[in-house]
Amino acid sequence: MEVRVGPEAFDPGAELSAFVAGVAGAGAVVSFTGVVRGDGGLEAMEIEHYPGMTEAAIAGMVDQARHRFGLVAVRVLHRHGRLAAGEPIMMVLTAAPHRRAAFDAADFLMDYLKSRAPFWKKELGPGGSAWVAAKDEDEESLDRWAPDRA
Amino acid sequence: MIHVLYFAWLRERAGTSRESVETRAPTVSALVEELRARSEGHALAFSDLRAVRVAVDQKLASFEAPLDGAREVAFFPPMTGG
Repeated sequence: MEVRVGPEAFDPGAELSAFVAGVAGAGAVVSFTGVVRGDGGLEAMEIEHYPGMTEAAIAGMVDQARHRFGLVAVRVLHRHGRLAAGEPIMMVLTAAPHRRAAFDAADFLMDYLKSRAPFWKKELGPGGSAWVAAKDEDEESLDRWAPDRA
Repeated sequence: MIHVLYFAWLRERAGTSRESVETRAPTVSALVEELRARSEGHALAFSDLRAVRVAVDQKLASFEAPLDGAREVAFFPPMTGG
């Protein structure tokens, strides 16, 4: 399955191995894993999402990435619910004939997932909880992929 | 009838994640004005629209978007995935 959204934990190593095994001859595979940071005493993270829209939005990004970068295969995993510091949150895997396309596609997907997939993170620490604010730089990262910059 | 959904701090402020609204509001903006009147929490949720994003039938939309035939309108803060 290309897009997997759910509360279940996953093993990044096993996911990467399975992905590589399924794309024989692709030439280049890139993976990115996002992990719950443990700095500032952060204990856990609650991730809320918009069921239905989440899957559709990610599927749209995956389609764009596949065509734009000529991907052989692509997979996006994203968890929701309560995650402890150190746990993997999400993973992007891309396979292409050559490395540049695989790197760029993973970068593109990360930028879109940050700002255009309906997830919201809440940080839980000793002092209470707080919603994570979106960063201006995340929107600026998205601008890099505008058609006139390509 | 439109299903209105709230996520993250908009949900917390509005005090609900989902409600059904009888409305003839022609646009998202007009709907927001009606929702604001529902409770103090709703008014607080919509106190600064620059911090609010909207989706109509699960597609990102603007506050000027028409609601003609819309079944679901969701309000939420800027997304923080990844």
